[in-house]
Amino acid sequence: MIISVASGKGGTGKTTVATNLALSLDGDVQLLDCDVEEPNAHLFIHPTIDRTEAVTTPVPVVDEKKCTLCGKCAEICQFKAIIVIGETVLPFHELCHSCGGCVEVCPEGAITETGRELGIIEEGHRNGLRFAHGKLRIGEAMSPPLISKVRSLTKPDGLTIIDAPPGTSCPVIEAMKGADFILLVTEPTPFGLYDLELAVGAVRVLDIPCGLVINRSDLGDDKVKEYAEREKIPILMEIPFDRKIAEAYSRGNTIIEAMPEWEQKFVDLYEDIINIVNKEGKQTS
Amino acid sequence: MKELVIISGKGGTGKTSIVSAFAALAENKVLCDADVDAADLHLIMAPEILERHDFKGGNKAVIDKDKCTECGLCRQLCRWDAISEDFEVAPISCEGCGVCWYFCPEKAIEFPQKTCGEWYISETRFGPMVHARLGIAEENSGKLVTLARQEAKKLGETRGLDLILTDGPPGIGCPVIASIGGASGVLIVAEPTVSGRHDMERVAQLAAHFRVPALLSINKFDLNADEAKAIEDVAVEHNIRVLNRVPFDPVFTKAMVQGKTIVEFDGNSEGNRAVKELWDQTRDFLEGRPT
Repeated sequence: MIISVASGKGGTGKTTVATNLALSLDGDVQLLDCDVEEPNAHLFIHPTIDRTEAVTTPVPVVDEKKCTLCGKCAEICQFKAIIVIGETVLPFHELCHSCGGCVEVCPEGAITETGRELGIIEEGHRNGLRFAHGKLRIGEAMSPPLISKVRSLTKPDGLTIIDAPPGTSCPVIEAMKGADFILLVTEPTPFGLYDLELAVGAVRVLDIPCGLVINRSDLGDDKVKEYAEREKIPILMEIPFDRKIAEAYSRGNTIIEAMPEWEQKFVDLYEDIINIVNKEGKQTS
Repeated sequence: MKELVIISGKGGTGKTSIVSAFAALAENKVLCDADVDAADLHLIMAPEILERHDFKGGNKAVIDKDKCTECGLCRQLCRWDAISEDFEVAPISCEGCGVCWYFCPEKAIEFPQKTCGEWYISETRFGPMVHARLGIAEENSGKLVTLARQEAKKLGETRGLDLILTDGPPGIGCPVIASIGGASGVLIVAEPTVSGRHDMERVAQLAAHFRVPALLSINKFDLNADEAKAIEDVAVEHNIRVLNRVPFDPVFTKAMVQGKTIVEFDGNSEGNRAVKELWDQTRDFLEGRPT
């Protein structure tokens, strides 16, 4: 089973929920931090890293001896990542989406591919919990292919928890698609609500069951709760603002380390999610 | 005309609250919301939309079943696994590369341009504003950010303004890169946590990579004063000018709930005094004065 923890708005507590959930559960659990632009889960999990891998994406290299400057590569490229100027063909690796169109279209077989580094993946563990994250290279624009690579490490059995990036566009979709459940984390403020509505829109496009965690639930107003009720989105957990939690977080400690009584609440949260997934599964079959 | 972009790396550090306060304090400026993916600035600025435009993003493949002979070439060429066994294109997976459309021997694939969002020119109580909304689950956010910034610049020039005040997106990827290129400076708003430090360092490296001068302010600094100090030390190592800290003040949330800037909501609050000092220092930077 795959649970993706997402939010729309940044800084609402995705990583807090994902890490506490992962550390509260026994058995076969894996945590994948897919916020590759700003991965933070490792700061709370403190994993032992067993393996590091550089991730690249294919980009074109032109053999000038074979190239006849016919311009077909520039014509097929939708991203202006390869152009013909005078007597040379110039690929712009940073703009390339790695579709392979230029390689395929070149009548002279003059184009081959090399790799552009997207970033790295680190895999490790903390006791029984398996952990992996991606780190986007500074200056690299495209995060979805790296997210996809992190997700390819999903084990077929057991539970996989995904810490998704903020927003509602392609990187978030990459971190949510194919999940069995989306756990949305929000805060009860106008910004939290507005971005939650966008995130729910994205979840509905993907047609995946979802539930809500309201963080800092006593700062703000009631509009998030009213919205959840209207949209029939179950509120599965509320975490009040507590300076003890905020200060623990600031030092890299989890809620369950600062207040062990929360461990059972995260176990209950997981059971609620299982129940929803089982019920929704029956409805569709 | 100068452009200041407020970024953070980590989400939720208070970018938009600080941009809102700056909007109330700065003169002769145009506002620009470059967080097109989850734009929030309009919730405080309450813009009156004067112009509404479609944003045309990339193209997506569509297979015409009547012409398709199911030869399978498109499925073989597609690197995104976007074409199913029964030859339907999943729009969410389609990258818009057009390779299937180009090579289809039956010309059974169309490749129309898609409307991916909208952008607006508006008037607010603090001056003109350019903002945008990317459609849900859409791509090309970088392109829309670039467009919003260009339009804000045009609008500022037409009206003879001095400053573009841009609310940037979180992260360090495509929309952030599109937000900061060519700006006069970025103000990094960081929170005093281990995550905040980690993310600040990455976004500082990004600003350096694109040679944009950076400033730093720690928001909610009193939640962990030691961590605030540690982040400021990191900033100094990166040649970033360290500006005034802002305390954790529930007045920020209260103002947001009322749809107001902290300047309007409670001018005497500790939070407002800190933000005002921060703005004065930022203005000094923009006008080339030492702090």
